[in-house]
Amino acid sequence: MPAIKSLEELKRVREEALAKKQMKSAPGNIQVIVAMGTCGIAAGARDTMKSILSFIESQQLSGVTVTQTGCMGLCEQEPIVQVIIGDQPKVVYGKVNAEVASQIMKQHVQSGMPVKDYVLPI
Amino acid sequence: MREIALHLLDIAENSVAAESRTICMDVSEDLQNDWLKVSIKDDGRGMDAEIAKQVFDPFYTTRATRKVGLGVPLLKLAAESAGGGLTLETESGKGTHVEAAFRHSHIDRMPLGDVGVTMLTLLISYPHIHWMFRYRLTQKDGAAKEFELDDDEIKSVLGEMSLTEPEVLRILRGMIEEGIDALMPQFVY
Repeated sequence: MPAIKSLEELKRVREEALAKKQMKSAPGNIQVIVAMGTCGIAAGARDTMKSILSFIESQQLSGVTVTQTGCMGLCEQEPIVQVIIGDQPKVVYGKVNAEVASQIMKQHVQSGMPVKDYVLPI
Repeated sequence: MREIALHLLDIAENSVAAESRTICMDVSEDLQNDWLKVSIKDDGRGMDAEIAKQVFDPFYTTRATRKVGLGVPLLKLAAESAGGGLTLETESGKGTHVEAAFRHSHIDRMPLGDVGVTMLTLLISYPHIHWMFRYRLTQKDGAAKEFELDDDEIKSVLGEMSLTEPEVLRILRGMIEEGIDALMPQFVY
């Protein structure tokens, strides 16, 4: 069972968010999707995921949903990350290690400029 | 794959794909009996006997994007090279239970790796799934400690709030890290 202390902390965080009305997030709903099939995981996708999560935490970046998906059939390009900002077309990145992931978070997710060197032509 | 915790992430992915509602991940380090056992149990669509046999064949996969499915065969090989093995129980419509056992002290046993990051990754990536994690550590003298995390309570507290909000993420990560840390023997230098 999760510690009571942590649950109370979560309750507080939710109440604060409700008060700030941040619930559905302001800047057009951002989705970051990490491919985690066997190929992705073997290529280091969990480190990529970890890097994305710690970026969100350290930069207090609100309104980003991080999820994962299975193999996309481009195993040689793994780890693959997709970024979808609002209704803009999705951007697919290949060979995203932990370092590239935080660059994408900073440049694309935070400032809206895709990291061109790693974009896959899909 | 270099860590058992990465295999767990991979096998859990199969459970997600099988449309499970509840997935249990279990890690048990038993130093008294020299076993390291990990398992993933789901209530997904399961497999019939014919398909279950083919899972051990690397050239079998349900996916259309590529033609090989390496997850289960790789874990089986890793377990067998460390004096253990892999068992798979499944029933069509009921679910699947995969368990891999390794001799803890075996020279060829792959490191367990970061179980906490695997838990956190699964928890936040598939919020619609009910996750149950358990990590049990039994010392040589038989003293056992356990960390359990059932995400039911967390999700009822959070309601519709995203698990990837920075503050929520911080608390979840802390919960898992502290829970696992508390299992480890405390050394005094």
